[in-house]
Amino acid sequence: MTAARRGFIKGTLGLSAMAALYGCAGAGKGAKGHVVVVGGGYGGATAAKYISMWSEGGIRVTLVERNAAFVSCPISNLVLAGEKQLSDITVGYEGLAKYGITVVQDEVTAVDAEKRMIRLARGGDLAYDRLVLSPGVEFMYESLPGMASAAAKENILHAWKAGPQTVALRKQLEAMPDGGVFAMTIPKAPYRCPPGPYERACMVAHYLKQAKPKSKVLVLDANEEIVSKKGLFTKAWADSYKGMIEYRPQSELRDVDAGNRTAILEFDQVKANVLNVVPPQRAGDIAANSGLKLINNRWVDINWLTMESTSTPNIHVLGDAIFPAPTMPKSGHMANQHAKVAAAAIINLMSGQPPSDAPLVMNTCYSFVDATNVVHVASVHPYDAATRQPQPVKGAGGLSAAPTEMEGKYALAWARNIWADMLT
Amino acid sequence: MRKKLAGTALLWLGLSMACAQAADPNLGRNLAATCANCHGTDGNSAGGIPGLAGMSKAKMLGLINEFRSGAKPATIMHQLSKGYTDSQLDLIADYFASRTPVGGAK
Repeated sequence: MTAARRGFIKGTLGLSAMAALYGCAGAGKGAKGHVVVVGGGYGGATAAKYISMWSEGGIRVTLVERNAAFVSCPISNLVLAGEKQLSDITVGYEGLAKYGITVVQDEVTAVDAEKRMIRLARGGDLAYDRLVLSPGVEFMYESLPGMASAAAKENILHAWKAGPQTVALRKQLEAMPDGGVFAMTIPKAPYRCPPGPYERACMVAHYLKQAKPKSKVLVLDANEEIVSKKGLFTKAWADSYKGMIEYRPQSELRDVDAGNRTAILEFDQVKANVLNVVPPQRAGDIAANSGLKLINNRWVDINWLTMESTSTPNIHVLGDAIFPAPTMPKSGHMANQHAKVAAAAIINLMSGQPPSDAPLVMNTCYSFVDATNVVHVASVHPYDAATRQPQPVKGAGGLSAAPTEMEGKYALAWARNIWADMLT
Repeated sequence: MRKKLAGTALLWLGLSMACAQAADPNLGRNLAATCANCHGTDGNSAGGIPGLAGMSKAKMLGLINEFRSGAKPATIMHQLSKGYTDSQLDLIADYFASRTPVGGAK
């Protein structure tokens, strides 16, 4: 008998034994234990809800979130434009109580993966059987020395995490004189929400066109070209904001002179009335500080069947913090999809079953080009066993043909539904 | 040796047939959850996009086929429906058909 044959038999026996051991029906029934979820955004809140809901309360879930309420990044560019208020994009966590989830408003200061404990800033430790980290992104201000001080950060806003920064940037726009320059910088991809900066350019221009029509929007992009929905944004800028939006590719930010609201580029310095710096990003600090393996020293390396760290057992990571699969965007929608893959896998693992070998995630991302007209990009990513990661389906997904009001309605309905899918 | 092999294969076949769905009995639930971002948890829409809870399998698969062929115009479903295999859509349609709509149509 050849070695290959022996291997085949061994494999077959292994499969049979596995099927006998796990049984067939009712995977996930009888799951129990304690899961702690850190971060109550698109990924974490969804994971908390689905673990509790799908395990029918068998798994106890604690969600740790530093903020009192969820504030959505998607739709926040409409707040900048004055078309929505912060309250329109804010949802509380009280809806999770009916699933039996304990929500703790606190910050995690340390993770002890050996002892399966996390430490909370306000004091106390929490023990877990499995930990879900959905920490979002950290801004790499270390690459911009001029942004080090608190004063600089107060003056030069990112508004790339929705909340007080969104409101503050809106105030800067309101205070800007007619004829002024709004300049924004975009970091090299990958960063949170690939089309977001270009949507922001549209929505700021939409506001300025009505309120301060002599003003300019200057887009300083570190990338070679528009990263997402290029044709649609280029056309929207030409059709609706001609002479107002100026786009400069290959314009990487080197530093900031915060006092003078000046962006320092390699060969140029750009002074603005309002300077909006979207800094380069990496996984939220708690991921790196927990000793998880990172790729490029920035993003967490995960197993795509379980969303579990490749280096640290029992810690699952979701959303913007992970090293993405091919063509997979860092989006709230995608974080919600990661959460469902993790929830299903965690429930199986905590009831002694293998995770599904065929997970699938998909993405839908709407961008406003003005107050009512919207374009989308969509994609579907089933798990591919050969490459051991999700791969986009060729011939599926795609872009809008043109901005429409109908998609504007769907974009707002998407937000309403995904917020409910996470939090109610 | 040959006998042993055949025996193993039979045992394996028997176990596979005993399982209604191949790998994970929750695959339909998991795949259907990918629709929930827009169509609501378990297909119960929060509004503005049609709900799917309780929709008959025949109706759902009929709509999907119309989206795929272009017979029914769509903003996005003609693109997304092509990303799922027929067997995945079958599982998804089974799952939504088994759900009870909550609070009536929206």
